[in-house]
Amino acid sequence: MNAHAPILPLLIPFAAALLQMACSRLACQRLIGLSAATLLVLITAWLTVLADDGQLRVYALGNWPAPFGIVLVVDRLAAAMTLLTAILGFTSLLYASSGFDERGLHFHPLFQLQLFGLTGAFLTGDLFNLFVFFEVMLLASYTLLAHGGGLARTRAGISYVVLNLVGSALFLIALGLLYGTLGTLNLADLAHRLTLPGHDPALARLACALLIGVFALKAGLLPLSFWLPHTYTAAGAPVAALFAIMTKVGIVSILRLQTIALAPAMPDLLGHWLTTLALATVVFAALGVVAAVRLRALAAWLTLLSAGTLLVTPAQANAQVDAAAIYYLVQSTLAGAAFFLLAGVIAGQRGRAADQLMAGPPPQATWLKVAFLVLATTLAGLPPFSGFVGKLMLLTTLREVSAGPAIWAVLLAAGFVVMIALARDGCYLVWKHRATTREEPAEAIAWQRATATLLLVAAGPLLAVVARPLSDYAERAARQLHAPGTYVNAVLGPGRTNDRREATP
Amino acid sequence: MEALLAIAVGVLTACGVFLILRARTFPVLLGLTLLSYAVNLFLFASGRLRLDAPPLIRAGATYTDPLPQALVLTAIVIGFGMTAYLAMLALRGLAESGADHVDAREEP
Repeated sequence: MNAHAPILPLLIPFAAALLQMACSRLACQRLIGLSAATLLVLITAWLTVLADDGQLRVYALGNWPAPFGIVLVVDRLAAAMTLLTAILGFTSLLYASSGFDERGLHFHPLFQLQLFGLTGAFLTGDLFNLFVFFEVMLLASYTLLAHGGGLARTRAGISYVVLNLVGSALFLIALGLLYGTLGTLNLADLAHRLTLPGHDPALARLACALLIGVFALKAGLLPLSFWLPHTYTAAGAPVAALFAIMTKVGIVSILRLQTIALAPAMPDLLGHWLTTLALATVVFAALGVVAAVRLRALAAWLTLLSAGTLLVTPAQANAQVDAAAIYYLVQSTLAGAAFFLLAGVIAGQRGRAADQLMAGPPPQATWLKVAFLVLATTLAGLPPFSGFVGKLMLLTTLREVSAGPAIWAVLLAAGFVVMIALARDGCYLVWKHRATTREEPAEAIAWQRATATLLLVAAGPLLAVVARPLSDYAERAARQLHAPGTYVNAVLGPGRTNDRREATP
Repeated sequence: MEALLAIAVGVLTACGVFLILRARTFPVLLGLTLLSYAVNLFLFASGRLRLDAPPLIRAGATYTDPLPQALVLTAIVIGFGMTAYLAMLALRGLAESGADHVDAREEP
């Protein structure tokens, strides 16, 4: 059982998707989907605990040894990211089960395929396999984005699909260059061969730069981030909540490529340009937060802001900074997703004003107002919740790097702007009433929506309470990430026998 | 043969990029198709070009690298599915907005 643990986070959503396609009744699909999502949370939590022994678990698919076959590699970071995906998947699915899934066909199988693509992208140790999982994830996201219909979604969908198709073409060009230059697509083998002489370093460098560019497109680095706000605004609340982790796939991929392959072979590739562009992204997103006129747009800009903040870290090549980044990544993803769900619930309560930031009927339920306050505090990075802890860790570790003062100035200024914007928007939602009497009574909040939203909102205070064990785990994960030799040895090393294949002619 | 393939990839990419930058969905779709042709040819060349060699390893026989062929096959399938989806999405945009502009907006 333990030996096959790495493949389980892939098999569960995939099997669930197949089952759901076989039985098309909605109640049945919901049952399968929610049980699969629960199982995925349990399995990935177990995998996260299992990975904490510091051993790299390499799973050779079809038992083909590493440089020839495709491997899944579970380290602390990959396990933690699959757990985060599973938690977001469960809460979003719970939220969607209260009626959002009725607005179009095949919501449930697509949702499971999206989870399949996400967990695969985090676990794989092969670059072409990463491309395939990216495509699985994107294909599901194209259709989930259009779920529910409407011109706004079609409009956002066309530009999103075209942009990502161009991104896929660039990804393939990078892979072709890498294979032509180095003769391998396995990440560990690639890192190994990059350090050996005998290849064209300029071509390899170009290919790695292209890969970083493609990941930056997914992550929303500034010149490539104009698609993100309106796409995330157009998506339905539970879909957008799941999308909150899609930018993080790009960031984790950059982090992994940087620590394993680039840091030993070409440490100057990321240089200062990545930090500069990431800071520009933060400024851009902070301006967007102020300019947002809808709650969902606000959530989208905040997602971009957290992505920009995280993109500051890979170029520093520092284990301490990356440890802080992992904690920040977890808490900002959960808070961002919570904000999408909360925006969805609030929109249902305000009649025709929906989630627009203007005077309208205030939400009736008190817990909504409290939840907004907690979430706004978390997102603005104010004490005592996890947003503050994450930002504090990030700023403390970034003090010593060369670009430290600039990063401090931009991040603190952006935090201040976000705080002002959230305070203003809270006033609109809670205190500013319209003079006329309300036309229609607010619809009751379904228990699934309330539970899902509260679960994610509660992550803010909860992650602050368990900040110590969590940051310790993040530090161990970052140290494991910054030992690329161990990764290469675990995947290719003498521990794994590949005599059998080489013996057969 | 290398020069011919390089020119083909270059011309296809240039046409693809030109068409992707158009404002209508149909040229954009054609541009993406051309770009994916160029990418597939490029991927194919990453295993080096060899004539009259099967992608099978046998003792004593010449062979060509089978991996790029498998990669191209995967890329073709994925690209085909994506293009079909984009065509449907563009048709839906046309039906909903009455224009085939990439922003799904009517001409001002």
